[in-house]
Amino acid sequence: MKPIGLEHYLTVSFFLFSLGIFGIFWNRKSVIIILMAIELMLLAVNINLVAFSCFLKDLAGQLFALFVLTVAAAEAAIGLAILVVFYRNRHSIDVQDISEMKG
Amino acid sequence: MIYLLTIFSPLFGFLLAGVLGQKYSARFSQIATCTFMLFSVIGAISIFNEVALGGVTIDIPLMKWIEVGAFRAQWGLRFDTLNAIMVMIVTLISFLVHIYSIGYMRHDPCIPRFMAYLSFFTFMMLILVTAYDFIQLFFGWEGVGLASYLLIGFWYDRQTANAAALKAFIVNRVGDLGLILGMGAIYFVFGTLEFKEIFILAPSKLNVCFSVGGYSFPCIEIICFLLLIGAMGKSAQLGLHIWLPDAMEGPTPVSALIHAATMVTAGVFLIVKCSPLYQHAPITSDIMTVVGATTAFFAGTIALTQNDIKRVIAYSTCSQLGYMFFAAGLSAYNIAIFHLVTHAFFKALLFLGAGAVIHSMSDEQDMRSMGGIWRLVPVSYLMMLIGSIALAGIPYFSGYYSKDAILETAWHASGTPVGAYAYILGMISTFLTAFYSWRLLCLTFTGKPRANEMVMSHVHEVGFVMLVPLFILASGAIFSGYFGVGYFSQKIFWGNSLIMPEEILGEHPRLIIEILPTLLGMSGIALAYLLYAWTFSWPLFFSEKFRFIYQLFFHKWYIDEFYDRMIVSKILGLGARFWQLGDIKLIDKWGPDGISRLVLQMSNRSSQLQTGYLFNYAYAMVWGVVGLVVWFILKSKIKGL
Repeated sequence: MKPIGLEHYLTVSFFLFSLGIFGIFWNRKSVIIILMAIELMLLAVNINLVAFSCFLKDLAGQLFALFVLTVAAAEAAIGLAILVVFYRNRHSIDVQDISEMKG
Repeated sequence: MIYLLTIFSPLFGFLLAGVLGQKYSARFSQIATCTFMLFSVIGAISIFNEVALGGVTIDIPLMKWIEVGAFRAQWGLRFDTLNAIMVMIVTLISFLVHIYSIGYMRHDPCIPRFMAYLSFFTFMMLILVTAYDFIQLFFGWEGVGLASYLLIGFWYDRQTANAAALKAFIVNRVGDLGLILGMGAIYFVFGTLEFKEIFILAPSKLNVCFSVGGYSFPCIEIICFLLLIGAMGKSAQLGLHIWLPDAMEGPTPVSALIHAATMVTAGVFLIVKCSPLYQHAPITSDIMTVVGATTAFFAGTIALTQNDIKRVIAYSTCSQLGYMFFAAGLSAYNIAIFHLVTHAFFKALLFLGAGAVIHSMSDEQDMRSMGGIWRLVPVSYLMMLIGSIALAGIPYFSGYYSKDAILETAWHASGTPVGAYAYILGMISTFLTAFYSWRLLCLTFTGKPRANEMVMSHVHEVGFVMLVPLFILASGAIFSGYFGVGYFSQKIFWGNSLIMPEEILGEHPRLIIEILPTLLGMSGIALAYLLYAWTFSWPLFFSEKFRFIYQLFFHKWYIDEFYDRMIVSKILGLGARFWQLGDIKLIDKWGPDGISRLVLQMSNRSSQLQTGYLFNYAYAMVWGVVGLVVWFILKSKIKGL
């Protein structure tokens, strides 16, 4: 059995990232799922950053991961706030109902 | 300074009336154009005094126009006796017509436009007659053509007026082709287009020949022939005359100014101007004589049968232009210009008089619905009478001097077949002229009234503003011959502006020859008076008896029909085919229409890409990112290799 190395981390983060992407455009239900999918993608990126930071013995990556976490938290807060307001106006947060973005 | 003012003040009048006319009242444009024309007339009188009577020639270069390689053309004004006479006539008649138009066009809604066009025409005509070289002459030539087109089609809501305007423009193009080719030939032979240099060089080019279709012709003959075609178009000579009668669709002052007194004489002016060339072109001069004499006769016969008062005068104009042509063809250039001047007075008088009649008859132009109004409009009647007397060549009126001079020239030349032809037709035309003039007078003024009562109760003498120009023209029609005959036959008066014929030393014509034109004119008058003054049974009898000839004359020798059948319908058919096949099925289908259809399809399709759903956009974005990443990786790979 191989010790857990960089490639394992990268594989995990790849799958997580792909899951996030597909979560965005295969999802026809709730906007919240889109937010969660974005969160997943950010986490995958974080895993990548930390893994490379260890591998390259460079702390900048981990520092950057902390920033990403902060931004992700802020983004989630803003996104949810928008959703609350949106629900008040439209009484729905289904993705399929939001089709007014065309000219 | 006075020279520039004379030429350019109509331009200022045109700009003022044309640009500001809509803003201010109609009165403003009338006053503006008339004032500037008055300046012009005063200037023209002083120019005439200085140049023609003083015997000087003045060149005023204005500015460069074209400089291409060795070819140079410049704007400039040139005044010699011939030009000064033309400037005088053009400005004077134009001024009178401007004044007359104030009264005649009083009820028209587009007065500023009309006055502006009149001034524009005058400016172009002045440019034409004072031209420095052929190019500037051509500029004025086309300018007056344009003004003529605009003024014939002035009442643009009338179908017939539009058709007549187009006809005038297109028929003139045929003549203009001749003029352009002539100018090209002149440049080819002489290497310059300036009148002065050409006339100096002309004697040295007598042996230069062009070969046309295997035959060799002297180049001067060819040049003169081409210029003659241009002149025939403008001056409505046989074959290219068809536009002139139709041009009567325009307002009557326009007919008087453009289609009687000034523009149509531009052809005669061109030929006289080029007399140093024509004196070396005997064959072309013969052709010109024949064309002129035939036109004089031919137009006279048509005028006998027409019923529209303006058309009769129009054919009369055509006929008189024929006289000028054959005078020029017989090398009596000074007499051609003499007739041009006297004709300008009495023909403008006739047209303006006819306009006064039309005005007082509530816009009726058909002579069959007139008659018996001379007591109601005695002044107009008197004016028309003076014009007709002058036209018919009754002694001591202006037409007598000029027409007699032409016929005397023809008599002297009658030793040759061409001269004899011109003399005989000229004599017959004198009779015809007198006859149709009096037919017009009798039908219009005497006899029993044939108009309905409403029109008759409305008949009134026209206002003062229309009568004053008539008085001035009438005095011109009476006296211009008497005072002009001395000057126009003097060599010293003309200076170098044209070539005088050699003094004829042979026998003096016998008395019977001298008074024959007058006798013919008198008999024409008497016959017309007998036939038309009281009843119409004789004319009707004759038109039935000689039905074929009457129909031939009445239908203008079927020339219009001939052209329609032979040329116009063919060209229209060809045009329709080009339009159907070439334009609609080829160019439109693949060009504008095809492209617009393609754009519509593409945009329809691409607008379907826009669904409005977030996930579609995200999907596209992801694929975009993937594509970009792949692209950059591949690129770096290729670079690395």
